[in-house]
Amino acid sequence: MKATTESRPSLDVGKLREEFPILASRVHGKPLVYLDNAATTQKPRAVIEAARRYYEEQNSNIHRGVHALSERATKAFEDVRVKVARFMNAADPREVVFVRGTTEAINLVARSWVRPLLEPGDEILITHLEHHSNIVPWQLLRDEAGAVLRVAPIDDRGEVPFEEFERLLSPRTRFVSIAHVSNALGTVLPVRRMIEAAHRAGATVLVDGAQAVAHAKVDVRALGADFYAWSGHKLYGPTGVGVLYGKLEHLERMPPYQGGGDMILSVTFEKTTWNRVPHKFEAGTPDIAGVIALGPAIDFLEATGMDAIAAHERDLLRHATERLSAVPGLRIFGTAREKAAVLSFNLEGVHPHDVGTILDQEGVAIRTGHHCAQPVMERYGVAATARASFGLYNTREEADALVAALGRVAEVFRT
Amino acid sequence: MNELGDLYQEVILDHYKKPRNFGTLEGATGAAQGDNPLCGDRLALQVKLSGDRIDDLRFRGSGCAISTASASLMTEAVKGKTKAEAMGIFERFHPMVTGRGGGNDLGKLEVFSGVSEFPVRVKCATLAWHTLRAALEGRTDPVSTE
Repeated sequence: MKATTESRPSLDVGKLREEFPILASRVHGKPLVYLDNAATTQKPRAVIEAARRYYEEQNSNIHRGVHALSERATKAFEDVRVKVARFMNAADPREVVFVRGTTEAINLVARSWVRPLLEPGDEILITHLEHHSNIVPWQLLRDEAGAVLRVAPIDDRGEVPFEEFERLLSPRTRFVSIAHVSNALGTVLPVRRMIEAAHRAGATVLVDGAQAVAHAKVDVRALGADFYAWSGHKLYGPTGVGVLYGKLEHLERMPPYQGGGDMILSVTFEKTTWNRVPHKFEAGTPDIAGVIALGPAIDFLEATGMDAIAAHERDLLRHATERLSAVPGLRIFGTAREKAAVLSFNLEGVHPHDVGTILDQEGVAIRTGHHCAQPVMERYGVAATARASFGLYNTREEADALVAALGRVAEVFRT
Repeated sequence: MNELGDLYQEVILDHYKKPRNFGTLEGATGAAQGDNPLCGDRLALQVKLSGDRIDDLRFRGSGCAISTASASLMTEAVKGKTKAEAMGIFERFHPMVTGRGGGNDLGKLEVFSGVSEFPVRVKCATLAWHTLRAALEGRTDPVSTE
C-alpha cells in the first residue's frame, strides 16, 4: 500500500462521476454526497450493464452445458478469474476462488486450512482492529479445537506496534489473520513485514483485504500472503461475490469447504472424487452474473490507475482531516501514519446516530455505529462513532459539504 | 428541515441533555437490560414494584438523543402506574412511532410522533419500552431490538 510520490492527483473526477448513475441522484432534495464507501461502493455503468447483458444474452449455467449459451457464460466467468489473478498478481488463475464475500473467504480458510492444523493449545493470532468477520470465525475454531486466540494490541493512534505483534508469535502460532486496512480507523497495517515475521515463526497468514483492494495496488506475491480475501462490492463491483486468493500449494492440500455440484469429478455412494482447484471450493451454482460483472469493475480501476486513485484519496484524506479537525468538539479516532481515506469521529455531546440522521437530511450519507468492530470502539471507550469513508469519485467539495452538514448538527443540538 | 424539527423537538433535546430518573435505584425488585445491536447502545433499567404498581424506576446507559429521551420520558410516564397501565401506554406508543396512527392521548410522549418519519430510528424510541416489558415480566436475558 506504499504510495508513489505524485505531487498532484491526476484524476478527472468530474468525468469519472458520470460513469456512476447513482451519484446524480438527490436525497431529501439535496445532491447525494456518498461517503459510506467502506460499507459499499457505488457501481459504474459498465458493471451494471455487464450484469444486465449476462441476463439478456448469456444466461445459463456454467461448467456443464454443451450449448452455446453455457459456453459463452462459462468463458465470461472464467475470463474474470484470469483477470482477477492478474489484478492481484497471483501466479496462477487457479489460485482465485470465487466466494460470496470476504466473510465466506475467511470462514473457508478457517474450516479447510486452519482447522486440520490445530491441536489443543495451538494459537491463532489476530489484531485488535479486526472486523467481526475476522474475529468470530476464529472464536468458533478456538472453542471447537481447544485453541488459543491471541490479539495484538493497537496504540492510541490505531496502529499495531510491530514489536508487540512479533512478541505474540510463538512456536504454537499456527495461523495469523490480519486486516490490510482497518474498516473502523483506516489504519494501513504493515502486512508485508507482519507476514515475514509470521512465516519466520512457522505460521501461515490470511490478509483481510476488504478495505484495501479498491484503494491501492495489491500484489499478493510481493506481500507473500498465503491467503488474501476481498469483496467485489467494495471494489465498485456487485454484491454477492468475493475472492479468496490462496497459494496453489495450500489450496491443493485443503479439503473442500462445502459439498455439492460442480465441486466433484465423480460421485458414487461409496466414494466421491473432488474436482480440481479452484472448483473444489465452488460448490453449487455461483453468482454468475456477479462474477461476470466484477470484470468491468477491475477494468474500470485499471483504466483509472490504482496509483492515481491512491493519490486522489490521499489528497481527500488530508483535506477532510484538516477541515474536520477545525470543527469545534470533534474528535477523530484513528490517526495512524499510514492511513486510508476513512475518518471515524464523534461530536461532543451528540450521539453518532443522531449525527447520521441529520447528515442524511442534508444528503450526506455516512456510517454510524460500531462498524462491526466493537473491540475497536471499546479500546477508545465509545459505543459508536460516525464514519466518513471516501472513494475514487469523491471530491474536496464533498468533504466540505460534510463539514457544512455538521454545522447543522450543532444547530439542531444547540451545542 | 421540518422533519428534523419534528424529530428533535425541544422536549426531546431537554430529556437527552438532562435525563430524568437516571442512575441506580436502591431496593430495586426487578431489572432488565436492552441492547440495540444496530448502534451498540445499551440500556439498563431497574424497577421497584409494590404489588402490581411501579413505585419507582431508574435507567442507565448511553444512547442517542431519541433512545435516551424516550427512556427518560417513559420513566416519568409510568411511575406510579400499574404494570397493565404501563404496558397499555406502550401499546398506544408503538403504533404512533411506527406511523400506524394513534398517540393523541399520550400527553408528553406525543413528542415522539416525528419518529415515524424516520423508520430506522423507531428502534431507538422503543428500546426503553421493550426493556421495561422485560423487567416487568421478570425476564433475565437481555432484550434486543433486532
